[in-house]
Amino acid sequence: MAAVEEEVESGGSSGRPFWSGTITFGLVSIPVGLFPASRSRQGVGLRMVAGDDGAPLQRRYVCSKDDKPLDWDDIVRGYEIEKDKYVVVTDDELEALAPRKSRDIDLRLFVDRSEIDPKFFERGYFLAPAGGSNKAYRLLAEVMERSGRAGVATFVMRSKEYVIAIIAENGILRAETLRFADEIRSADDVGLPEHKKVKAAEVKKFEAAIQARAKKVDFHEFLDDYEKRIEDLAKRKQKKHEDVIRVSEPEEATDAGGGEVVDLLEVLSRSLGKGGGRKPARKAPTKRTAAKKTAAKRK
Amino acid sequence: MAARAIWKGVVKLGKAEVPVKLYSAVTDKSIHFRLLHKTDLEPVRQQMINAETEEPVAWEEIRKAFPITRSSLVVLDKEELDEILPEASRDIEVTRFVDPEDIDHRWYDRAYYLGPDQSSEHYFALAEALEKKKKEGVAQWVMRGKNYIGALRADDGYLMLIVLRHADEVIDAESLGAPQGRALDKRELAMAEQLIDALSGEFKADEFKDEYRERVLELVKMKAKGRKPKVVKFRPKTTKEESLDKVLAASLAGVGKKRAAGGSR
Repeated sequence: MAAVEEEVESGGSSGRPFWSGTITFGLVSIPVGLFPASRSRQGVGLRMVAGDDGAPLQRRYVCSKDDKPLDWDDIVRGYEIEKDKYVVVTDDELEALAPRKSRDIDLRLFVDRSEIDPKFFERGYFLAPAGGSNKAYRLLAEVMERSGRAGVATFVMRSKEYVIAIIAENGILRAETLRFADEIRSADDVGLPEHKKVKAAEVKKFEAAIQARAKKVDFHEFLDDYEKRIEDLAKRKQKKHEDVIRVSEPEEATDAGGGEVVDLLEVLSRSLGKGGGRKPARKAPTKRTAAKKTAAKRK
Repeated sequence: MAARAIWKGVVKLGKAEVPVKLYSAVTDKSIHFRLLHKTDLEPVRQQMINAETEEPVAWEEIRKAFPITRSSLVVLDKEELDEILPEASRDIEVTRFVDPEDIDHRWYDRAYYLGPDQSSEHYFALAEALEKKKKEGVAQWVMRGKNYIGALRADDGYLMLIVLRHADEVIDAESLGAPQGRALDKRELAMAEQLIDALSGEFKADEFKDEYRERVLELVKMKAKGRKPKVVKFRPKTTKEESLDKVLAASLAGVGKKRAAGGSR
């Protein structure tokens, strides 16, 4: 197996934000924590087990030389300058390359939300107020939402610079990471042919086809049914008592990534509730397995 | 140099068929680090270990199982899982068209250009029609054993397909309660609004550059030569609740001064 490049998607479930710092708006500084707004669905509910007793497994980093399992503290980041030769860089050094941008999102430009081309969007994060008071946070969210504008800025998170659009919705601030202009190819870069003039009648036909199918869509309809198919398959086998294994402590057996979205909801609700002296709107589920069902069913 | 197509398909819109090739519209320019073992600087790799015994488990021994009840799992082997994969197809089925603002930003994942495959008559006609109607098609297709949903749109006269996250991959913002507190001060709201107005402008993507990549590479070079970088920290401050109005007023004054002096951002 090839050497591991970067840490696998982590954070969130640990309860700690992906990034914490401030948003600067004029001279106002607003402390925030940043949490992912989406999860990858690699797990699709499956667990990895070994042997006939279904022993739960953990994904761990091991040294490629002696195969010893390592803790996060035993691991450093290296840049390969020539084959098998690495320069170690520390988090502190990386932060020091852009000390301000590593801790501060400086909002100096507000643009119309619809001006940002969809192809730039990469991933969404929620910003939750940190620190004691949430007044400045609420103020910024309120006026941004009213104005329909997004704040654009660059900042550094986990050794990478991002350009982001900050958007307010339902009283919550969100950061959408965007791709840098030089990361987007042009039609020319890709080698698409030159525009061709087509018959007006042909265009009209397509316009009519579009018009006939124009309607509001609830995107929750488009659920990937693969997870459901896995569950159905498992149920069929269970009925026939095929390959069923009993486990003693199922709560511990979750493969990494499984219950992430639920934990995130819990962490976020808690963080957003901070400073206002109010309990989070959603009750945090107590059991991972039970909670996952709820998350899947919620429309 | 022309890019290589990563997939071929047919956009299906009612009876109309538009054969297309798929090209990635994004390239990743970020710097990638390797994770190393601190003591011997050997690269680390991932290994599954038995959670109880901490013994490594060989990849061949690992099986996938679905938790069916609290205390039982059903083992599913690879053949069984392959059998229920979505059926392979070349169709990119477009059944509905929506206004661009109906698509939540958080669903956008990755953009692909569609290029015409062989005939381009239908291709450019569809692109033009989408542009005129200002609509985006909701597309569904299966690529490499995976169900996809995407937004089919026109991009400068070409067709573009943006992969969307499925709704259950994204946290429902409505299920989160917004931060609550005492009612906001009208005067402060008005000042904050003015400040946004004063800082408003046009979005030009190429005004934002990744300056950090270069700095990371310089740091690496410097360290390779055995030089030690200086580490400084930035400590952000927090605006106190009581002084929010004064700070806003000072911010507005600051912005006004810059404008008056003709200085932009």
